Amino acid sequence: MPKSVAIIGSGQTNHTSRRADVNIPELIKEAVDRALADADLTIDDIDAVVIGNMEHFEGINLSDMWASEGSGAVMKPAMKIATGGTTGASVAACAYYHCASGLFDRVLAIGWEKLSESDTTTGIITAFDPIVERLTLAGAVGGLAIEANLYMTSYGITQEQVAKAAVMARKNAQRNPHAHLKLDLTVEQVLHSPMIAYPIHYLDMCPTSDGACAVIFASEDVARKSAHPPAWVKAAVCRHNHPYIGDVDWRKNTLESAAIEAYRLAGITNPRRELDVIELYDPASFALLSWIESLHICGPGEGGKMIDAGAITMEGDIPVNPSGGVISTNPIGATALIRVAEAALQIQGKADARQVEGVRTALATGFGGSYWSEVFILGRTP
Amino acid sequence: MSQRVAIVGIAQTTFQSAKRAQNYAELVHEVVSELFTKTGATHDDVDNIVSASSDFWDGRTISNMAIQDVVGAYMKSESKVSSDGTLAVLYGMMRILSGQYKTTLVVAHSKGSEGTPNLIANAAFDPIYQRQLGIDGLSASALQARRYMEKYGVSEEEVALVSVKNLANARKNPYAQVAGEFTVDDVMQSGYLAEPIKKLEASPISDGACALLLAREDLVDRFTDKPVWLKGVGHCQDCYYLGDRDLAESEALAVAAQRAYAMAGIRDPGKEIDVAEVYDAFSYQELMWTEILGLCPRGEGVELIRSGVSTIDGTLPVNPSGGVLAAHAVIVAGLVRVAEAALQLRGEAGQHQISGVKTALAHGSFGYCGQMHCVWILSNEK
Repeated sequence: MPKSVAIIGSGQTNHTSRRADVNIPELIKEAVDRALADADLTIDDIDAVVIGNMEHFEGINLSDMWASEGSGAVMKPAMKIATGGTTGASVAACAYYHCASGLFDRVLAIGWEKLSESDTTTGIITAFDPIVERLTLAGAVGGLAIEANLYMTSYGITQEQVAKAAVMARKNAQRNPHAHLKLDLTVEQVLHSPMIAYPIHYLDMCPTSDGACAVIFASEDVARKSAHPPAWVKAAVCRHNHPYIGDVDWRKNTLESAAIEAYRLAGITNPRRELDVIELYDPASFALLSWIESLHICGPGEGGKMIDAGAITMEGDIPVNPSGGVISTNPIGATALIRVAEAALQIQGKADARQVEGVRTALATGFGGSYWSEVFILGRTP
Repeated sequence: MSQRVAIVGIAQTTFQSAKRAQNYAELVHEVVSELFTKTGATHDDVDNIVSASSDFWDGRTISNMAIQDVVGAYMKSESKVSSDGTLAVLYGMMRILSGQYKTTLVVAHSKGSEGTPNLIANAAFDPIYQRQLGIDGLSASALQARRYMEKYGVSEEEVALVSVKNLANARKNPYAQVAGEFTVDDVMQSGYLAEPIKKLEASPISDGACALLLAREDLVDRFTDKPVWLKGVGHCQDCYYLGDRDLAESEALAVAAQRAYAMAGIRDPGKEIDVAEVYDAFSYQELMWTEILGLCPRGEGVELIRSGVSTIDGTLPVNPSGGVLAAHAVIVAGLVRVAEAALQLRGEAGQHQISGVKTALAHGSFGYCGQMHCVWILSNEK
C-alpha cells in the first residue's frame, strides 16, 4: 500500500511588481529560508529539490542551474519542471511523487518568477504554434477572453457578477501580507477600467509579479514526526487538453475531469459540503464563477447565483481564495504553487488573518498551457 | 522498492543535423507510433506521460504544448522535465512507484537546427558576471578540458583516442549522425574549435526524438518478454559558477554514481558493469566521466581505451553506439543513452550489439561542464 505524503512547511516572498533589491537566486533563497524556518529544518535536511519557472520570461536558459545558489540544490538531487501557468502545481506534484515513490523523504518544491525582468506577453505568445496560431493569439488574455465570452453568453452571466468576484478576491488580498495587489474596489471601478480583451477588463485580470514560493513535502514517517501539523496530500491530479485552441471543447474541461478524479481519490462525494476552503487559480475574475462550476461546487451556469449570494466570500458557505488568488498575485512559476501553499496553511491553521475556521479539507487548483488543469486536495489526516 | 519498474519498449529517430521534413510533433509522433507498434500498446495503455524538452531550444514557451496530441495527453496527466532525458526516466519511474500509475510514456525531442546554438548556450550564463564574456558550451568545455588535461597529465593525442573509438563505433549505429574511420592524426589535424577541443572532438548539434515505455512489474508481460529493469539511479547537481569548483573533478557525478550503485547493489562497477553509455558531448568528457564513475582510476581513462577494455570488443565497452559524439539532440541525448543501454540488454543493438550483457550503465548530464549528472543502472535480470 503506497504511503502518504504531507506538506510540513512553506514560505513565500512578499510578492510585488518589482524586486530590484534581489537577483534571481536571492529571491528564491528568501522563500526557501522561510519554508525551512516554518518546518524547523535546515537545508541539510532536504533530500531533493524540484524547481520551476518559465525560462523565456527572464531570458535565463537553464535557470535552475544559476538558481542553485539560492535553491539549496548544490550537491543535491535536483530537477526542473516547467509547464507554463501550471508550473507551480507541476512542481508540487513532482515533489509529491518524489516522496510517494519511497525514494525521498524531504523534498523542497520551489516555484518562482521575476516578471519585472521579462516581456511576459511576448513570452506567452511563443507558446502557441508558430504557423497556425501565433499570429492570432495575444498572450494569456486572448484565450481567456474567448472562454469568458462563451461562458457568460451561454449562461447569461453579467459583467457585474464577474466584477463582484474581482472585488471579493481583491478585498481578501488585503489580509494577506504576501499578496502583490491589495485593492479596495467597487464593482463600478472594475467595470470602468479599460477593456483588455472583451469581456475582460483591466481590473478583472491578474498582474505580473516578482516572487517565489517554497513548499516542503515529506514522506509519511517523517511527516508524522513533524512538530507542526502536516497538511496531508489526499489527491494530486493533472489533466491536459488538445494543443490547438480550435480543437478545445469548452464544455468538457480539464478542471472538471481532474476534480472528478481527485474527489474519487480523496473519497469526496459532496464537494460543496466536504470542502472547507478552495484556492482556485483565477487568471481572470470570470474563472471564480465558471470554474467553481467545474469543481461541482454548484451546477452549470450557477456561478452568478453563487457570487450574488455571497457563497464564496470569507463569510460564505465555501470561501474561495482567502489569499486574494491569482488576480492579486502572479509570479507565474510560483503562482500555482502558492495555491498549494495557501491551502496547506489553511489546513495547518497558519493562515493568520486570512484563516478560515475549522478547515479539515482544502482544494487547490493550477491552470495554464492549452487549458490544462491540476487539482490538489489536502486534509488534516493521511 | 515495492514493485519494480521496467522499460518495456524503446524507439528513437535517426539523428540528423536538420530534419526539415518533420516538426516537433511529427518527430514525437514517429517515436510514439514505433513504440506502440513494437509493444502492441495503444494510448489506452499509457496512464501518464513525462516529456523532456527545452523551451529555449524549441523557441517555444511551454515547449511540451507542441506534442500534446501525439503523446495522447488529452484528458491525461502529462508533465515536462526541463532537463536531461535521464531525469525524465526517473520522474516517470517515480510516478509508477507512487502507486497512482501503472505505465508511463517517457519522450524527449529537440531540433538544434531551429535555433542558434551559441546564443542559446550563452543564455545559460548569468547576465551579471558571465554572459558578457560570450561564453558558451564549447568555450566552457574547453576550459574544463584544459584543466583536466593539465591536472592529470593527459595529452591531446590521448583525448583523440576517444573520437577514434566512438566515431568508428558509430558506423555500426544506423541512428548516428556522425561516423567515420579516423586516425589520431585525423583528429589532431581537424582544427581547433576552442583550444584544446578540435572539430572531431566535439559532438554535433542534432535533430531527433526518443521514447521509452515504462511499466510496473506486474504488467510487463503485456508489452514485452524482454523487460529492462530499472535497478538503480542517482542524480546530483553541482555548484553553478565555473570558478566555484575544480573543473577537473565532479563530486556531483561521484555522488550520483554512488547512489545508483548502492541502489543496484553494485560494489565493483569496473567488474559488474557489462556496457556503459556515457554522456560524451566532447571527447575529453568520456575520459573524465569513466574515471569518476569508478570504471578505472582517476587520470587513467585513456588506459581503458588503450588496453582495449572500453573498445567495442572489450570487456566493458563504453559508447558502442558512438555516444553523444555521434549524435547530440539536446535533452534527448541522455534518454538515448538509456535507450541504447536498454537495446544492449534486449539483444537489439544490431551491429553494435555487445554479447552477454546483463548489467548496463547509462549516464546523462546537463548544465555546462557537467553541472548535473544522472546515472542509471539497468539489467535484464530482476
